[in-house]
Amino acid sequence: MKRFIGFIKKEFYHIFRDKRSLFILFGMPIAQILLFGFAITNEINNVDIAILDHSKDATTKEIIAKIAASEYFSIKQIIEKESDIESIFKKGKVKAVLNFEKDFSKNLIKENKASIQIITDATDPNTANTISNFVNAILQKYQKQLNKKITIVYQIIPESRMIYNTELKSVYMFVPGVMTIILMLVSAMMTSISITREKELGTMEILLVSPLKPIQVIIGKVFPYIFLSIINAIVIVLLSIFIFKMPVQGSLFLLGLESVLFIISALALGILISTVSETQQTAMMISLMGLMLPVILLSGFIFPISSMPFPLQVISNIIPAKWFIIIIKAIMLKGVGLQFVWKETLILLGMTVFFIALSVKKYKIRLE
Amino acid sequence: MSISVSNISKSYKNVTALQDISFEVKKGELFGLIGPDGAGKTTLFRILTTLLFADKGSAIVANYDVVKDYKSIRNSVGYMPGKFSLYQDLTIEENLNFFATIFGTTIEENYDLIKDIYIQIAPFKDRKAGKLSGGMKQKLALCCALIHKPEVLFLDEPTTGVDPVSRKEFWDMLKRLQKKDITILVSTPYMDEAELCDRIALIQDGKILEIDTPESIVKHYPKPIYNVSANNMYQLINSLNAYEFNHSVYPFGEFVHYTDSRTDFNPEDLKAYLKTKKLSNIAIEITKATIEDTFMELAK
Amino acid sequence: MNNKVIQVEGLTKMFGDFAAVNAITFEVEKGEIFGFLGANGAGKTTAMKMLIGISIPTAGKANVAGFDVFTQAEEIKKNIGYMSQKFALYDDLTVKENIAFFGGIYGLPRKRIKEKSKALIEELGLEKVANKLVAALPLGWKQKLSFSVSIIHDPKIVFLDEPTGGVDPITRRQFWELIYKASHNGTTVFVTTHYMDEAEYCDRVSIMVDGKIEALDTPKKLKEQFNAANMNDVFLKLARG
Repeated sequence: MKRFIGFIKKEFYHIFRDKRSLFILFGMPIAQILLFGFAITNEINNVDIAILDHSKDATTKEIIAKIAASEYFSIKQIIEKESDIESIFKKGKVKAVLNFEKDFSKNLIKENKASIQIITDATDPNTANTISNFVNAILQKYQKQLNKKITIVYQIIPESRMIYNTELKSVYMFVPGVMTIILMLVSAMMTSISITREKELGTMEILLVSPLKPIQVIIGKVFPYIFLSIINAIVIVLLSIFIFKMPVQGSLFLLGLESVLFIISALALGILISTVSETQQTAMMISLMGLMLPVILLSGFIFPISSMPFPLQVISNIIPAKWFIIIIKAIMLKGVGLQFVWKETLILLGMTVFFIALSVKKYKIRLE
Repeated sequence: MSISVSNISKSYKNVTALQDISFEVKKGELFGLIGPDGAGKTTLFRILTTLLFADKGSAIVANYDVVKDYKSIRNSVGYMPGKFSLYQDLTIEENLNFFATIFGTTIEENYDLIKDIYIQIAPFKDRKAGKLSGGMKQKLALCCALIHKPEVLFLDEPTTGVDPVSRKEFWDMLKRLQKKDITILVSTPYMDEAELCDRIALIQDGKILEIDTPESIVKHYPKPIYNVSANNMYQLINSLNAYEFNHSVYPFGEFVHYTDSRTDFNPEDLKAYLKTKKLSNIAIEITKATIEDTFMELAK
Repeated sequence: MNNKVIQVEGLTKMFGDFAAVNAITFEVEKGEIFGFLGANGAGKTTAMKMLIGISIPTAGKANVAGFDVFTQAEEIKKNIGYMSQKFALYDDLTVKENIAFFGGIYGLPRKRIKEKSKALIEELGLEKVANKLVAALPLGWKQKLSFSVSIIHDPKIVFLDEPTGGVDPITRRQFWELIYKASHNGTTVFVTTHYMDEAEYCDRVSIMVDGKIEALDTPKKLKEQFNAANMNDVFLKLARG
């Protein structure tokens, strides 16, 4: 036991004396969360629009007032004629123009229908799409209000409602993904680098020619990173709660346990990588290409798995990160308990056991 | 016997690293493995320290078999690999403490063994190992290899890249350790270090050329050897190489070491010959063979 | 015609308050084999870097191959060869490709490279491996090839940084025969090393201790002066004061 503690002490010296690894350990999580939270977002906020109102009656004024009151849009300009539309877009002053037809109110009452044209600047298609969806939403809400006064029999009103992330905040979607990436990075890459560093330095030779058991070396190597990864997970959750006001619906305890499980599977992968690489550089490349890319691309973090081609969907099943993301999304956003994620947890557990067994088996007690 | 190697062979893909190596090292002996880079010294060390399997043959270290009892060997030997293998980001004291703990001991427990060496680096004990000079690193590495009081000490090229003063000090330390009954197997590419060992094995291309005490190895040199010098080294070497009776011609510092193929060689004949080659200041004197001469003669 | 190819006077390099090279003065003649000895950290490497024009001295004067180290560093680089222990040849190029490459970077015309390449391969006995990768050659062959490549452009001076560490004694002698030949042909050879037996082969040696040149003479005279059996003892006596 004393040997083991001595070993762990040494590992902590390494970590705290290497500025670069310290930065990766603690700078990265914070930077990534902030980056994803603030910069990469699907939301719109105070988008500048222009209004072209040919009617100028009570109904259009009411609609315009509703739009202006929403936090999504701000009315930058009122224009008077069709020909202004093009020039205002060219100047880049607004992202959208709402064009109310003539006699809007009258048409609505007389013919039961009136039309608005939503013209958006599709050079940024995502934003354009989002803007027209938001305008539609406001209009529908308004329509419902109107319809309340009249009773129409047998009217089917389709209603789509977002649940679990009712505010459509994209940061809620990113937090589980970023957490997965960071835990993977810290655990797998840092362990594989720290083991291969010993090989490169030649100290592995001395450790092998010592009474330390291979299992002691492995656990000694991964222990500090379990500890640091847990700290990281806590930092990420705290950041999302306090900066992005993201509610964690489910049990924090369960979230913690699942995270530890995922961390251990990543550490086992890290050891596995170190058994096949001789230099720190190879270890880093394998970790980045072999682990990070699949985690980013195939785990469902950015691209929905259901819209992938079938072979990729199959491959995504062998990526531990996929299961972990499903689990933590369920816990954080839906607030469910273990009874709803036990299947995923079991899969992750199986993978972890497999990786550990494989890495212990592959760990060499000699040089060849 | 502390080390007993019998008929060890080892090859990598298409290179034969060791070929039928056998030798024995007595308890408390300082045994030198002398040979150039690529001779197979490191491979042999790794087999004896249980880091590699031999293809053929067997070896016993400290009464343990290197394959079956590898765990016991790992408890009872000290090993200093060729490359400086300590943690550069740990201080002298932290390195030493670390190695003491993993061997289940403490610095205090075996302090008398490393005392002589450690006091030389103790003033710098809070300095990181990466910031030490070559000589100090080497002393620290030796301390770390000794901290668990090993029965057998394996030192793979400990003096490579170290300046003469540190080299001298290092060999003095080894001599003192030997008195404490530790068996030492040391390898070196430097022939001049051979005479500091009790016995040596000359090794080249995976084969042992000869095993004996340094004195006997030199005595076995088969021919009288001459120091030849003249005003122009390059012409002297060329002329000697062209001389029909030469047996060997090797530049040796300011001289050329020359041996003749005839048994009734008269230096005056050679002098006369060299004069015809327009050399002047010719001097030919008989000299003693060195380990290096023997090595070259055997490796020829 | 000045026969001194290296003239150094009061050459100094300071790092902060620390004088890595402290006012050294010496001269090296054309065709001489000059040993530049010292322990690790004595200032050898720093001094050599100044001489080959990649480090600017703090004070003093130095003239190498007829050019001033302060103002004509680029000219110096064209007129010297350099062989370091760490880097010598590209392992993943063949013998011929290496020769062609180094001939090319020293600006030799193609025809000349061809001639040189042929002569060199013949001289070193590398005919059979000329089209093999350098990685496959034994260490000693690599070193000989590396030296020959470093003088492919017939430089006035060749700087060798610890050239023969770890090779077998016979190859080492073949290496020194190459050096003797280069010197005989008028190339000055400047060898830095901390292996004293290497020093025995030099015409003259200087020994640096703590940034200063403490001894400079032929090995023979130094051995007499210090009453020592070999250069190693000379060094030990000097370094211990």
